[in-house]
Amino acid sequence: MAEESFLTDDFLRQLINVGEVDILVGLPTHNNAKTIGSIVHTIQSGILRGFPRERAVIINADGGSRDGTPELVTGVSIDDARPASKLYALRTLHSVSTKYASSPASGVAFRTILAAAELLRAKACVVMSPESVNIEPEWISKLLRPIYSDGFDLVTPTYRRHKFEGLLITNLLYPMTRALYGLRIREAYSPEFGFSGRFGSHFLAQNAWQDGSDGAGAELRFTLAAITGRYRICQSFLGEKIHIERSAANLVPALRQTAGALFSALEPDFPAWSDVTGSQPPPTNGADHEALLDPLRVNRKRLREMFSTGVAELESVLQSILSPSTSAELQRIARLGEEEFHYSTELWARTVYEFAASYQKSVISRDHIIQALAPLFRGRALTFLLDNRNASAEDVENSIEGLCLEFETLKPYLLQLWKSRE
Amino acid sequence: MREMIINELSQALHEIARGFAHFLPRLIVMLILAFAGWVIAYVVKAVLRSILRLIKFDKLSENAGASQLLTKAALPTATEMLSRFVFWVTWIGFILLGVSVLGILGLQEHVARFFLFLPRLFVAIFILFVGLLAASFFSRAALLAAVNANVPSPRVLSLAVRTIIIVFVLSIVFEELGLAEQTMLVAFGIAFGALMLGLAIAFGMGGRDLARRFLERKFVRAKKEENEDELSPL
Repeated sequence: MAEESFLTDDFLRQLINVGEVDILVGLPTHNNAKTIGSIVHTIQSGILRGFPRERAVIINADGGSRDGTPELVTGVSIDDARPASKLYALRTLHSVSTKYASSPASGVAFRTILAAAELLRAKACVVMSPESVNIEPEWISKLLRPIYSDGFDLVTPTYRRHKFEGLLITNLLYPMTRALYGLRIREAYSPEFGFSGRFGSHFLAQNAWQDGSDGAGAELRFTLAAITGRYRICQSFLGEKIHIERSAANLVPALRQTAGALFSALEPDFPAWSDVTGSQPPPTNGADHEALLDPLRVNRKRLREMFSTGVAELESVLQSILSPSTSAELQRIARLGEEEFHYSTELWARTVYEFAASYQKSVISRDHIIQALAPLFRGRALTFLLDNRNASAEDVENSIEGLCLEFETLKPYLLQLWKSRE
Repeated sequence: MREMIINELSQALHEIARGFAHFLPRLIVMLILAFAGWVIAYVVKAVLRSILRLIKFDKLSENAGASQLLTKAALPTATEMLSRFVFWVTWIGFILLGVSVLGILGLQEHVARFFLFLPRLFVAIFILFVGLLAASFFSRAALLAAVNANVPSPRVLSLAVRTIIIVFVLSIVFEELGLAEQTMLVAFGIAFGALMLGLAIAFGMGGRDLARRFLERKFVRAKKEENEDELSPL
């Protein structure tokens, strides 16, 4: 119960007023006034439909919004949700908002939600993204029901996505977590997921925030903690995932939250992943993936330019991270034109594993290692786009599966790199 | 007359013998100090070398960019260099201590100055090393940020950051050592002013085309790309 100390007195007072709950919905926000009203309505409808008899609370952890987001969260009345659902909650649905900091930090927001869940002794919790504009009331049940009724500890989502969306997930995070930890979780890092109160308390007690960081990538570490702690995990298909803003400019922060969090977890988790061979799919409610094939105009020339420039300009940095053979091969493909360009799955897997090993050895600043991965990822993304330009959903899935198998095949290479550091 | 000369000679010989008898123990003490100093310096060198290897000092020096400089100058590794430096400083310190025991008036002042200078020398070396580390870190940070932001000529930017930091560090080092303070101040002022003027001229005239291309790429392409979809990495 030491975690309560970082919560404000006002927030603690509000939590005491709420008392114990069965269901907790966590909503981290930062300047989401445009969308938050409809999202809270949808969450309320979801609770009314799926859990009318349960004691429920919405916890809003706000990172210093200046557009009145917290007021909007607490101001939304459940009466607005009733006519649509034609259902009535038999219990009070509380909405509590707290400002955890004056600037947003997803890890700290998540920690606040976990601490509130522990204090309120919530049985089942769900974290929802304030940016998912197409959220449906059913998402609440899909993420909570397996925990509340079936005894699962973590429910990760699967989505219907465009075949070229989430390339960092499909080309790095999914293949690597699957190869290392042996579980085929499609969305190990997601803004929406459900978890049991007992697993939330376990993760909170691990003090993942003790290193003084703001807990970047805490959502991914949460999933990895569930795997290594042998908690019961399943996936639920939610539907189409639509972001408010699509921005490739956020690649470096995205790499920090995913690749950075994964690389930093490898050392403490070494006993858990070093002996794993092959991989197993977790139980899944609905499809474990669905791909949209609409035409998408992507600037391939720019991707290739940024890859080639990155490899040429960062030559000395890459030489300190990669093996001479990998580095030479990257230099070679950086000189190829778009038609001949091909960043093979084998070379990409080797690149990522060498980055992970160098991250562990701290050959240079760890954050610089993650930043140096960005241009290389663009090269891999370009190859994925070129290979799957006219591909069907099945072809795309086969392509991802091939990459995953390459990561699994090359796992001994990572272990060899790991041992060589000693 | 003959007796006088013999007397003077024997007196002079006596004085020389007395002086030598007076000086000999001091000389022996000096030699003992020099020998003991060599042994102590050798032990200090061996211990320091082990500690530096243990803390992977060569790796740090590689990160600071100092190793590359040493390799180019065909010098030994940073660990070896620092160990040898400490060996010589320690041994010379003991020799000078021995020299001061000899009681030669002119030398004593210089010996005292040497010992007063030692702490400043070590501080200067420390500042230089930390400065090289900082220059390496920030120039790499600038290079990575420029590459990921697709800024033209990222290496020039990185080199500029490194040069500015190294110039600052060298000026602090010379000030700490108290070497040619006025000259260094003027030289630093001229070098820094020239650098800024050079950058301004380069940006204004030499970089005209570069700036035009950069602005074109930034705004013209932005318009062209409005119709292109951005891929979300997550």
